[in-house]
Parts: sequence; structure tokens; C-alpha cells
Amino acid sequence: MSALWDILWSNPVLFIVGVPFVAAFVLAALPGYKLASRVNMAASLLALVAAITLLFGERPAPSSFFLIDELNTVFIVLNTFVGFTAASFSASYIGHELDEGRLTPTYLRFYHAMYQLMMFGMNLALVTNNIGLMWVAIELATLSTVLMVGIYRTEAALEAAWKYFILGSVGIALALFGTILVYLAAEPVLGEGNGAMIWTNLLANAGQFDPALLNLAFIFLLLGYGTKIGLAPLHAWLPDAHAEGPTPISAVLSGLLLNVALYAVLRFKMLMTANPEALAPGPLMVVLGLVSLIFASFMLYRRRDIKRLFAYSSIEHMGIIVFAFGMGGPLANFAGLLHMVMHSLGKSAIFFSVGHIAQIKGSQRIADIRGLTQSHPVLGWSLAAGVLAIAGLPPFGVFMSEFLVVTSTFARAPALALLLVFGILLAMGALLLRLTGFLFGEPSGSLKPVQGSMLPVFAHMSIVLVAGVYLPGPLVAWFQAVARLLG
Amino acid sequence: MDKLAFDIAHLLAGSLLLVSFLMIYQDRLFSLLRFFALHAVVLSLSVAWQAYVQDAPFLYITAAIALFFKGLIIPAALQKIVRRLEIHREVEQVVGIGITMLAGIGLTALSIILMLRVTANADSFAREDMAFALAVILLGLLMMVTRRNAVSQVVGFMSLENGLILAAAGAKGMPLVVEISVAFSVLIAFIVIGVFLFRIRERFDTVDVGALDQFRGDQK
Repeated sequence: MSALWDILWSNPVLFIVGVPFVAAFVLAALPGYKLASRVNMAASLLALVAAITLLFGERPAPSSFFLIDELNTVFIVLNTFVGFTAASFSASYIGHELDEGRLTPTYLRFYHAMYQLMMFGMNLALVTNNIGLMWVAIELATLSTVLMVGIYRTEAALEAAWKYFILGSVGIALALFGTILVYLAAEPVLGEGNGAMIWTNLLANAGQFDPALLNLAFIFLLLGYGTKIGLAPLHAWLPDAHAEGPTPISAVLSGLLLNVALYAVLRFKMLMTANPEALAPGPLMVVLGLVSLIFASFMLYRRRDIKRLFAYSSIEHMGIIVFAFGMGGPLANFAGLLHMVMHSLGKSAIFFSVGHIAQIKGSQRIADIRGLTQSHPVLGWSLAAGVLAIAGLPPFGVFMSEFLVVTSTFARAPALALLLVFGILLAMGALLLRLTGFLFGEPSGSLKPVQGSMLPVFAHMSIVLVAGVYLPGPLVAWFQAVARLLG
Repeated sequence: MDKLAFDIAHLLAGSLLLVSFLMIYQDRLFSLLRFFALHAVVLSLSVAWQAYVQDAPFLYITAAIALFFKGLIIPAALQKIVRRLEIHREVEQVVGIGITMLAGIGLTALSIILMLRVTANADSFAREDMAFALAVILLGLLMMVTRRNAVSQVVGFMSLENGLILAAAGAKGMPLVVEISVAFSVLIAFIVIGVFLFRIRERFDTVDVGALDQFRGDQK
């Protein structure tokens, strides 16, 4: 028994994946949503604490199961942090859904269990060193979100869940085929069996792999995991899934699940760059990123549903991030990483505010939401801060990261930079146009006060604000190390 | 012996592709389900043969899952759902069968040319297998986009997944094949039982075909 404890304490990774796994079963058995939502928060907090210990002390050495390096530490800390804040938001949000009769207690129990199962899948995908296991984990996370998207069982929710399932499965199938091709490329060099699926082995020997196989594999992986990132033209599931599911799930989808898929693409991109004869992965990612950015920016103008609006904005930002990583090099990678963190925090904060707004107004239609600064000043200005941040205005962190992406691109490919700036400005215009409608004018609909807690919103927005003004030295050094790792 | 082993593997993988084509050709839901069962049986034979040739006993588990779960249980369950929900017995096509067949032939040619060129250095066993597997996967995708009705989309997805299992079994010594086939089975079971039966029955108590049609994933 004590030996078991020693193993557990020596390796925080076991907590990061173990806590959500156990919590999912506990929550499935717990009646009563008040207790369940607190257990959900506590489990998320525990995983966050375990993730933070990764920042201090010695990193566990890579094994055949787990790998902890600078790159995935960023993702893990972000994942568990937003997982925790979204769980706290959910605790103050979901009771209201019960009162409204949109959910029954049984479904709520299911919801909490699925929430932790999804966290387990995402955390496992981030810490694992095995590309097969990574695929299984991402599939698990996807499946649990599919079930949560459909939880309201309205026609629209079922249709959204169905679309998400079909497109997500196609994506996941293509990604599996890519994974098999990577194994086929590695097998002659590394021999049969598990060794040829371990990412650190793959990276060390990538130079000897057959470049043609690796190229084909990367195309499948990029299309497959790109579906989950929400890259156009494979994005069709994303707006529906965001709009029809419970709002905490929209926040987690935008803030986390897209990042986890991006993480998988980045891992395989590193393999590609390690092989000098293989296709350069950058241009493919640059094209997909730009197409997503510009397409989504145009689509922003035609939205009627507030959650769909911000879902398209997520596609736009994932486009910018994939573009930045596609450009590569220390500066663009740094900017991409920073942008990813800022977008996750900013976008989930927006969804938290939108959740409260939709509950007060009883509607997600943009036309039904007016005059928030008069009726709900705190909520209105929080939403304003979030939208201004995500539109890329100073002094918020997104401005800084977008500025870095643009300047680093201008130095190397001015024509691409012009397209990038065009997309960003287009999106900014759409968001500001909608924002004035939300904030000003005669207040519409119900005027009842905000019931839930605004703390998660404040927490996220203050980080985004501080990052825009001042980035601490250790953080910069850490991100620079990741940028070098990505090449 | 080696020549014979290769020929048999080739024959089985080729038959899987042939059954994929037959599935595209079906315009009745029940015959589609029957051909899917055949697809699963051929897959299970193919995987079992790989297990024998590669001397990898764990692949027999994958073969058994394909045979019992996808060859028997799932088609039977889907038939029951189709009967009970009174779903259209005809498969609605987005484009005509002729064009779909031509597209399928094009995709097959593409995947064979692509895979044979790319895997020039791999052993011939894996090469042929991967070429057929990619063709089966692409045909599955084709079926998902050219069919309107949700049951045939699920069938398309499952045939796509059969192609993946064929690819994974053909990659010599690949770990996690069994786990992946189990994960897929769980996924399919979840979807077939959970989303389909439970949710739809509960929501559309009247079993209104119009309501089901709205539920198709391809409309705004």
C-alpha cells in the first residue's frame, strides 16, 4: 500500500489522468446535483494542482506511456485550469437549467460524469507518449462531448450531436489511418511492436523513415485532426455543436478540445521536420489556416445566434494559430502558442458571460440581446472586455500575440501578411458591430439579475489583461523553449 | 506456401473491396444491412488469415469481434430499429447510383496508384493490404456523403471502419489493434443503442418519419 502511495506521489502525471477517471465513476453514482457539481469542481481543482506541480521540481522521465516536456506542460496546465474554471461556472449555471426544466436530475448526473470523462480523455491525449493511445484518448474525449452536445434532446441539439458525431468520426478515422501509416513508416527502422508507436522513439529516428509514407501519413493526420481543430472546409460540425450544447461545454470545446487536436498535429509536425526529405508541413498548415481565418471572418457577419457567432470566431482564431505554427520559426511559434493560450482564456470567458446572458434573456438570438450595459452593467462590460480582447484590441493579450504573428509574417512573406491582416480586420469589424448591439440601446427581454458567479470570467479576463501589459520573464523563457522545440 | 499465403490475403482483401462496391449499389435498407453483414464476415476472415500468417494470436480476437459484433449483432439490431421506427425502406441517394459507382471506381484507382507508389519499400503483403484498405475507407466515406438516411450513414461509417481494421491488421505487428477494434465497437454500440434507439424513441414518440427526416445531419 505504501509503495503504491510512493509511486503516486512521485509522479503527478498519474494524478492528472487518474483523478478525472475516478471522478467520472464517482459522479456517475452520486445523486443530487449540488453535491455532484462540487465534486466536479474539487476533482478539476485536484487535477489543476497536480498539473501545476509539473512546473516545479523535476520532470518525470519519458516512459513508454507518459511524456512530459515543455510543449505539453503548456497544454496540460491550460487544460486543467480552464477545466476547473468551467467546472465552477457550470456549478453556478447548471442548477438554473434544472429549474427551467431543460434537464432532469438523471441527465445532470450523466452530464457531470461525462464532463470528467472528457477531461480524462483530453489529459490522457496530452500526457501520453504513444501515438495510438493518443488517438484513442482523443476519440474518447470526442465521444463524451458528442453525448453532452445532445443532452437537451431538442431536435436542434440531436441534429447538432449527429452532425458532430458523423464529421468527428470521419476525422478520427482519417487520423487513425494516418497513425497506421506512421507505424508502417517506422516499422522497418524500429522493428515490430510497441516501440514503433512511442513518440520519443519516432522523433529520434524520424530521419531514417520512408519520406513518401510519412508525407501521406501527415496529410491524413492533418485532415483528420484538422476536422477536430475546426479548420475550414472541415468545420461544419463546430458551430452547431457550440450552439446547441450546454454553455459550459461550448466553453470547453472552444477553449480546450480544439487545442488538444492542435497538439496532436504539432506532435506530428515535429516528426515531419525531423525528416529532411519529407514534405515541409508548414505550407499546408499556412493554407488551411488562412482559408479558415478568412472564411470564418466573412461568416461572422451573417450570424443570428450569439453562440454561433463566437463559434465562428473560434474557427477564425484556430486559423490564425495554425497559420502561425505553419509559418514556424522561433517568433511565429512563440506568437502562435501565446495566441492559443489567450484565445482559450478569452473565448471561454466570453462563453461564461454568454451563458449567463442566455439564461437571463431566455434566448440565444442576437436580436433579443440589447442594452446590457444598462440592465446588467457588470455582465455587459465583462462581455465587452472579452469581445474587445478577442477582436484583438489593446491592451489585451490577444493584441500582443496577433501583433507578433503579423510582424513575424511581414518580415518573411508580406503577401501572406496582407491576407492575414485582412482576415483579422474583417473579423474585428463583425465582432465590434455585434458588440455595440449587445451593449447599447433599449434593454430588451427579462431584466432579472445575474444568478451565477462572475468569478471565472474575472479570473480569465484578468490573466488576458495582465498578459497584454506584462509577460513575466520565466513565462517568456518557457514559451521560447517550446518555440525552439517546435522548430 | 508464401505465395499461397499472399494470394489468399489478396483474395480476401479484394473481396472486401468488392463487397464495398456491392453496398454502394444497394437501394434497399435491408439488403444494405445484409451486405454489411457479409462485409464484416469477409473482414473477419481476412483478419483471421493475417493472424495465422503473421502468427499473431491476438488478431483472432479482432476477427471474432468483427464476426460476432459487426456480422451478427449490429445488423440485427439495425434491422430491428428500422422495423420499429418504420424508417423508409429505400435508401435516398444524393446523386444517382451510376455516378456514385463511377466515383467509387475513381477512388479505388486513386488509392491503389497512391499506395503502391508510396509504399514501394514496404513488403508486398502490407502494400497490397493498405491499397485495398484505403479504397474501402474511401468507399465508406463516399457512402456517407451520398446517402441521406441516417441508418445508411451509420453503415457507411462502419464499412469505413472495417477498412481501418484491415489496414491495422495488415501493418505487421502493430500494437493496439485489438484495443482499437474494441474502442470502435464501443463507439458504434454507443451510437446505435444510445443516440438512435433511446434518444429518438424518447423524443419522437409518434415515430413520425418526417421528424426523422429533419434529424438527418445534412440540413441546416
